[in-house]
Amino acid sequence: MSERKYSKDHEWVTVEGDVGTVGISDHAQEQLGDVVFVEVPEAGTAVEKDEQAATIESVKAASEINSPVSGEVIEGNAALAEEPGTVNSDPLGAGWFYKIKLSDTSELDALMDEDAYKAYLDSLD
Amino acid sequence: MTAPETETKTTPLNALHRELGGRMVPFAGYDMPVQFPAGILKEHLHTRTAAGLFDVSHMGQVRLHGGGAALAMEALVPVDVAELEPGKQRYALFTNAAGGILDDLMITNAGDHLFVVVNAACKDQDIAHMRAHLGGGVSLEVLDDRALLALQGPQAAAVLARLAPAAARLLFMTGAAMEIGGAPCYVTRSGYTGEDGFEISVPSGLAEALARRLLAEPEVAPIGLGARDSLRLEAGLCLYGHDIDTTTTPLEGALAWALSKSRRADGARPGGYPGAETIFAQFENGVTRRRVGLRPEGRAPVREGAELVDGEGRRIGAVTSGGFGPSLGAPVAMGYVEKAYVKADTAVQAMVRGKPLALTVAKMPFVQQNYYRG
Repeated sequence: MSERKYSKDHEWVTVEGDVGTVGISDHAQEQLGDVVFVEVPEAGTAVEKDEQAATIESVKAASEINSPVSGEVIEGNAALAEEPGTVNSDPLGAGWFYKIKLSDTSELDALMDEDAYKAYLDSLD
Repeated sequence: MTAPETETKTTPLNALHRELGGRMVPFAGYDMPVQFPAGILKEHLHTRTAAGLFDVSHMGQVRLHGGGAALAMEALVPVDVAELEPGKQRYALFTNAAGGILDDLMITNAGDHLFVVVNAACKDQDIAHMRAHLGGGVSLEVLDDRALLALQGPQAAAVLARLAPAAARLLFMTGAAMEIGGAPCYVTRSGYTGEDGFEISVPSGLAEALARRLLAEPEVAPIGLGARDSLRLEAGLCLYGHDIDTTTTPLEGALAWALSKSRRADGARPGGYPGAETIFAQFENGVTRRRVGLRPEGRAPVREGAELVDGEGRRIGAVTSGGFGPSLGAPVAMGYVEKAYVKADTAVQAMVRGKPLALTVAKMPFVQQNYYRG
C-alpha cells in the first residue's frame, strides 16, 4: 500500500494498485468532536476531486467531506452507519469512508505526505 | 471560521477554562469553552449521571431595588411578580408591543430585592429596557462584579451540601443567600439541563476558588457550552434567538404555562404588559403555528433552519434547534409547525441536503425532568 497522502481539507487517501481508500485525518476528527452520523457514497457513485463525496455530523455541526481524488466509488464503509464513533476512535483505520477506483493517479502528486501535512497543520495555528 | 470579535470579553473563570483544556470559542461576545477534553458526549452524559459545573457568568445578573419593583416588572412581563413569595423563583418573558418575546429570564424574590438573570446576548438591551420602563421608584443594580456558576445533575445536591448544607434544603425554583467556602453567594435551585441542580451567584474575585473547590469533588466535571445546548434541547427548553424571538409569541412558543393566571384576561391583574391584547386574542382564538418537539426517524441530525414539509412537499414550518441527543442516543429537534401538525405522533418531513427525512412530532421534554420538589 502507498504512503498516506493528505488534502488541505484534512482528508487522507491510501492507494493499492488503482484503488484508493479515503478517510479523514486525526486532526479533523478531533476538531469535529464526537461523530454521531456519517453518510458515505454508494458503490458506483462518480466523485470529483475536491467535491463533496460524504457527509459527517458531529454533536456540534454537519460537515462536508470533499474527495481528495477523482474516480468511481466501489464501496462505502457501511459499518459507519451503526458505529459513527469509529471515525473518532480509529480515523486512519476502521473509520475509513469509501474505497474508490482512481481515474487519474497523477492527482496524488498534488497531495501532501505525512511530513508536509504535519507542517501544514502547524501553519494553521 | 468565526469573524474576530471587536472586543471579546472574558469571565472570571477564563484562565481556569484554559488550564482545564477548554476549547474556547466566541459566544455572545464572550470567550467561552464549547467543550473540555472529555468532549460533548461524555460531558452531557456526565451531567445526567453525576454533576457538571458550567460557567454561565456571561449571563446578566441584575438586582431590582425598591418597594414597587415587583409591580413595575409586571408592566414588562406577562407573569405574576407581585405575589411571588420571598425565596421563590419564576420563569418570565419580556414581551414587545406585538406580543413577541424580547428575552426570557428568571426572577427571584430575594426578600429585600428582586434578583433577575437574563441571557448574555440580550443583557444590554434588557437592562436598557428595564431602566427605561421600571420608573423612578426602582433602582437597577447591574451585578457585573459577580460570576454565575451552574452545578447540575443528580449528584449536585450531595456535592453542594458538603460545602453549604443549606443548599440541600432548597426546593426547585427557590433561592437563598448562603456562604459557600467563605464566599457570600446567592443560590437558586434551577438550571438549564432538565436535571436537579443549582445556579450560584458569587463575587467575581471568589469565583475561581469556588469553581476549583467544586471541581475537587469526585462527582464534578467541567462542562462546556456544547453539552449545555444538547442537555437543554433534550429537556425541551428554549434557546432565545433560536426557538423563541421577537417574531414568536409565548403561545406560539408553547410557553402558555409561563403566563401566570393572575395576568390573563380573567385574572386579578390582567394585561398591562406589552402585547397583552395580542396574547389575549391568541388565548381566545388559538395560534396558527406552534413550537413542537421533533424526533427524526433515522440517525441523521436535523439542524436549525431545516425546512419542515408535509407529504406533498408543502412547507409547514422549520426546525429552530436540532442535533444529537446523547441521552437518547438519537437525533432530536424542535421547531414550529402549522396548527394542523402539532399533535404528538404526527408524521412530518424535514428537508436535509435536498432530501426529505421522516420525523415524528413528539412530546417534550424528551427526557424525564428530575427537578427536586421535596
